[in-house]
Amino acid sequence: MSDKPKNRLDEQIDENLRRVYQTAASEPVPDRFTQLLEQLRQSEGEKPNNEAGA
Amino acid sequence: MNDPRDELVTHLPAMRAFALSLARNGAAADDLVQDALVKAWSNFDSFQPGTNMRAWLFTILRNTYYSLHRKRRREVEDPDGVMAGQLSVKPSHDGSLAMRDFQGAFAQLSDEQREALTLVGAEGFSYEEAAEMCECAVGTIKSRTNRARKRLAELMGLDEDETFEVTDGKTMAVLSGKPAA
Repeated sequence: MSDKPKNRLDEQIDENLRRVYQTAASEPVPDRFTQLLEQLRQSEGEKPNNEAGA
Repeated sequence: MNDPRDELVTHLPAMRAFALSLARNGAAADDLVQDALVKAWSNFDSFQPGTNMRAWLFTILRNTYYSLHRKRRREVEDPDGVMAGQLSVKPSHDGSLAMRDFQGAFAQLSDEQREALTLVGAEGFSYEEAAEMCECAVGTIKSRTNRARKRLAELMGLDEDETFEVTDGKTMAVLSGKPAA
């Protein structure tokens, strides 16, 4: 990235924020979401929607 | 075979983290992710192959958040920093920043500031990408992130000479703005 934080404090804020964010983003994803994706895929299979499907 | 939608699942963890930074509450964040996911699926033809899917998903997610949020005009907007002054905290004696302090400060940022800082500072999108996602000027994103960093420092009673480090703890709680315990 071209625009880096200007000073050490900003860098540290970003560093801590990144650490917090990365930890949050490494939480296991609850089943409800993979199930939801599965449902969406299945409900779509019921209608012919794939243009290049065949 | 090669369904581009298979990639969706790989962005779920990041979507949850981003949603948490917006909604500041785990349950609300996951509802947000769910809504965004359904929208993404049903509008998948608006995704342009070869472009950044995470940016596309985040755009849907933040639009979902704002449309919900505007409907039920919530309280915590604090543009004048009135609450902020009262809730200001100092780093602990050893110079390390308690999770709660960071979480409390982060939660007090405005929606726009949390969003900009998360996109640019945490997720690592460029200012240009973030501006596109937020449908605003690049300069606006820059000033939001700068103000957000400045405000965080103010809220935590930090100045440039001090160093700090978030101590370990319940990290999910930080982005949700809730006490860890």
